[in-house]
Amino acid sequence: MPDPVPNLGPNLVMGTPNSGQMLSVSLGRRITDRVMTLLSVLAMVMVIVPLFAIFGYLVYKGIGSLDLNLLIKMPRPVGETGGGMANAIAGSALILGIASLLGVPVGIGAGIYLAEYGRGGRFGSVVRFTSDVLNGVPSIVIGIVAYAIVVIRQKHFSALAGGVALAIMMIPTITRTTEEMLLLVPAQIREAAFGLGISQWRTTLSITLRTALSGVITGVMLAFARVAGETAPLLFTTLGNQYWSLNLNEPTAALPLQIFTYANSPFDEWHRQAWAGALVLIVMIVLSVSAVRVAVSRGNLRGAR
Amino acid sequence: MGVGIQVRSLNAWFGKKQALYDINMTALANHCTAVIGPSGCGKSTFVRCINRMHETIPDARAAGSIMIGEVDAYNGTSSTQLRRRVGMVFQKPNPFPTMSVYDNVASGLKLNGFRGAKQLDEIVERSLKNSALWDEVKDDLKKKSGASLSGGQQQRLCIARALAVEPEVVLMDEPCSALDPISTSKIEDLIFQLKEHYTIVIVTHNMQQAARVAEYTGFFLLGKLIEFDKTTKIFTNPSDKRTEDYITGRFG
Repeated sequence: MPDPVPNLGPNLVMGTPNSGQMLSVSLGRRITDRVMTLLSVLAMVMVIVPLFAIFGYLVYKGIGSLDLNLLIKMPRPVGETGGGMANAIAGSALILGIASLLGVPVGIGAGIYLAEYGRGGRFGSVVRFTSDVLNGVPSIVIGIVAYAIVVIRQKHFSALAGGVALAIMMIPTITRTTEEMLLLVPAQIREAAFGLGISQWRTTLSITLRTALSGVITGVMLAFARVAGETAPLLFTTLGNQYWSLNLNEPTAALPLQIFTYANSPFDEWHRQAWAGALVLIVMIVLSVSAVRVAVSRGNLRGAR
Repeated sequence: MGVGIQVRSLNAWFGKKQALYDINMTALANHCTAVIGPSGCGKSTFVRCINRMHETIPDARAAGSIMIGEVDAYNGTSSTQLRRRVGMVFQKPNPFPTMSVYDNVASGLKLNGFRGAKQLDEIVERSLKNSALWDEVKDDLKKKSGASLSGGQQQRLCIARALAVEPEVVLMDEPCSALDPISTSKIEDLIFQLKEHYTIVIVTHNMQQAARVAEYTGFFLLGKLIEFDKTTKIFTNPSDKRTEDYITGRFG
């Protein structure tokens, strides 16, 4: 063994001639170490507390009204009890499905362009800037845009219009996270693929995107969770509906809209249902995000081969 | 079988900065040719021109003629076609992290549209045997991730991956610089065996390595090929003063 003195920690250093000095240095360092650890734990607590507070309060307020009826029954007129939100739950699922179908491919495609093809180019930086600005556009404005490009043309409110509005909101988040995740893939991995004579699009799809897949999916889920609770863009687009409708061309109920309407109403029964609906919404988001995570970790979702 | 490489008046640039000046060099088929020289002298750029990896860097370009056997690398061949004939092993082992050992070796064929599972099994086994890795990985080929191997094993995996596409030439860009002495000697042994089937061009910082593995050696300095001759001549009786200064450790 070479000289055993350095870096063995204060306890082991005690017996050596310069132990006093070593100990005082390491004491200072240990205090700093503890303080910084404590600060980062505190920061973590501050991140987690609001989430659990919200979730806890939702459970507290909503669990009493949460029953099977809420999930499978239709809304009933004021004064009658036992109504549910089945139409809003199905409507939300439909609208989010449309939004994901439209938004995820465009977002990932744009992310691939930025990371693999448009790097350093002028067009690439324009796209990147536009996407960042789009990320900051208030959701109500996006609702108006979807109103202008879908609702006015169709001449009626529709689930499709809501899906388009949410898709527009998903795209910038997915684009930028996809880009960031692809850029994290080391250049050597791409070089290895090029060196084997694999074409660029194949390399991107089967090597780079596959390597970055879990990060890309995290971005997609972030975008999904963000738009799942959006109310404002749906006001002008899907409008809401007291009846069952899964027709893309009809006004459709959605959970956030239903919660908004019920919470604004003067009726206690509706207030209770709004709390329960909010709980259902957050549980739906948590469930779908975790389902995708489990699927990814089990390897059921592999990149294109 | 390997084929010879003929490089004629090759010039290469990064943007406006010229990296290679008028390189003329011939690498014999089924021999190992070493490229030595101080850092930044253009060794890597030179080998990366041979399989046209140089042009994947933005603003980089090359001019001149490189013949790989009968094939003109810069004329009438696509870069992807060329790279299937000219395999490359990089400085840092770079297996595909999401793929198993098997998929890593098969990737060059699979992703170029090769189908035929049975044949693929044979090619994977042969390539891993040729790169002296088979015995260490044969038990869980398809389960073990390529990234879970040790550095030396990863580099041999990368060699197997390059061999699986059945190239005629294998370029090695400092293949041992990230490896320990034992892994290094394994790879050097491997180079000896590979010479039977492939033409090898190896870039190395390690002059003893060049002396051990290569029949011919080229000495690069500031983007120019100063001297190219038999390895024994370069290391015992170089014609150029600068080569002598470099190999005796007076600079570089």
